[in-house]
Amino acid sequence: MTGGLDVRWDDVTVTAAGRRIVERVDLFVGGGSWLSLIGPNGAGKTTLVRALAGTISYHGTITIDGRDTVTGSVRERAKRLAVVSQHPIIPPGLAVFDYVLLGRAPHQGLRFSASVDDRRRVYAVLQRLDLDAFADRRVESLSGGERQRVVLARALAQDTPVLVLDEPTAFLDVGHQLEVLELIADLRDERSLTVITTMHDLSVAGQFADEVAVMAVGRLVATGRPAEVLTPALIGRHWGVDTTVDADQFGAVTVTVQRRREPRMHDGRVREKQSP
Amino acid sequence: MTKTMVGASPDPSRSGPVRPDEAGVPSATRLGGRWLLAGAAAVAVVALVGVSSGPIGVAPGRVVLELLDRLPLVDSDSGLSAVEIAIVWDLRAPRVVLGLLVGALLAGSGAAYQGVFRNPLADPYLLGIAAGAGLGATLAIVTGLGDGVGFVDPVPLAAFAGALVAVAAAGTLSVRRGRTGSPATLILAGVAVAALLTAIQTYIQQRHQESLRQVYAWILGRLSTSGWDEVLLLVPYAVVSTVVLLAAVGALDVLAVGDDEATSLGLKPRRTRLVVLAAASLGAAAAVAVSGLIGFVGLIIPHGVRMVAGVTHRRVVPLSMLFGGAFLALTDAAARTIQAPAELPIGVITAFIGAPFFLLILRRQEIS
Repeated sequence: MTGGLDVRWDDVTVTAAGRRIVERVDLFVGGGSWLSLIGPNGAGKTTLVRALAGTISYHGTITIDGRDTVTGSVRERAKRLAVVSQHPIIPPGLAVFDYVLLGRAPHQGLRFSASVDDRRRVYAVLQRLDLDAFADRRVESLSGGERQRVVLARALAQDTPVLVLDEPTAFLDVGHQLEVLELIADLRDERSLTVITTMHDLSVAGQFADEVAVMAVGRLVATGRPAEVLTPALIGRHWGVDTTVDADQFGAVTVTVQRRREPRMHDGRVREKQSP
Repeated sequence: MTKTMVGASPDPSRSGPVRPDEAGVPSATRLGGRWLLAGAAAVAVVALVGVSSGPIGVAPGRVVLELLDRLPLVDSDSGLSAVEIAIVWDLRAPRVVLGLLVGALLAGSGAAYQGVFRNPLADPYLLGIAAGAGLGATLAIVTGLGDGVGFVDPVPLAAFAGALVAVAAAGTLSVRRGRTGSPATLILAGVAVAALLTAIQTYIQQRHQESLRQVYAWILGRLSTSGWDEVLLLVPYAVVSTVVLLAAVGALDVLAVGDDEATSLGLKPRRTRLVVLAAASLGAAAAVAVSGLIGFVGLIIPHGVRMVAGVTHRRVVPLSMLFGGAFLALTDAAARTIQAPAELPIGVITAFIGAPFFLLILRRQEIS
């Protein structure tokens, strides 16, 4: 396992149906750090990630550790970059072990036959994520949080220096969100992974990412440490909401969104203020 | 991190739990050796039943001895008369082998189509193979080609050509700007091609009422053979199709997670889909050419296999081939004995045997 590698988008533009979804983005993620892409719906976060993953065509250059991702085989790229999409398709009826074993595909031959080493690595990942007891269970029989860990396990089994997660906590309750994110943070430290996530929850991005990159209508509008970037002014400009932002001494940021109108009761009367 | 065990139900796809051996490696429980053995046994038993049963009964034990006698360096006396040997070897054996091959090709290509389209309802006829073959066969029959040429029956060749033209048309129509289409585009193109070809076939059929019966008999499917010719006709396509499909089972498993994730796992989804579809279509077209349209096998057999043996293509494709072959050969034995000496259309029997069997598996699955 090599440590995390640098990832760089250089003047990347993505056009679909004549419309520019991502426009001239330059972005750099240092090896071993966690970057979170944030922005309102339709800002182009997922598209930027898909360009990196090679599942969408683009203009410009994307490099991992200085090497262009489009040179070399698909398989070579898959050894450097693991991607978990927002809605991973989990084949119905597939056992957890077999699903996680798919992560070994880039390291296997043309027939994708699993070696003893592949199986050993998968088992180790399952143990690390406390999933070994579920190895025989069908993936769809697990709860949402467990399933997200299984998908993460597949990406880890791929054994890549760069890990890309598109909305990793989209459908989880706060408890499981925290569990998955802390797991990603631990794994990042253990394996010195470069982690790139897209996120909707600004507080989550502000607490876990080393850096955030804000996108709006296809363009990159700000990058930097969460405490520097996530200001009420910037959030108001791009999300159209009033917020209060608190930063702790470690630079972790919590964003609270304010209601636009006073809370009203069912008969339309403004709710009385509670005395503190 | 808390672990919750929710009513741990055993997964039927696995023959045993994953347990690491002393070296920390999970023991190899997933090859499905037991199922492969069961499939091979089913083929052997059905083959024996197939050659033994018919209007003239022959003891299965004697058939075994007769077959052993044909092996080099083995000399065994089966005690069968020359007529019985001719019946077993020249009439029934080719028909049983044909049944095994056609069944294997239909079920195997069905499993492959379902994998490629990520849809358990996809079947080998999805891309217009049935309609194309039907049109080809109809043309050969109504133009009297079937009577004209002496030594080769042109109907299967015309059906084969028709099937391949249909698949090629569906494939070509789904290509846009040099890129092969998505699964959905391919299916829609297949539906459109099939509709057009069926319309042409129906029109021709209506214009030639005199050969209606012959066309109809072909469409219902049959495995009647005249010796080993049809078998030899089918073998090369069966070999190519089977070799490619078995080589692609791992890729089909990767493809199952969707095009984007498959790409991020190092697979080229479109190329994989093209190769698998070409191989499966070739096999299905060859099967249809010699047997007519036998429905149900390509859909039900892979489905049954998935229910009992698990969903990985590593298992589903080879097991579908074995059980599909056994199923069709058995069905054919039933088709020619139930109303002997008359024969029932095999397509009718496949549905008659297959549907209750399938329901049985479904119910067991629901209960467990």
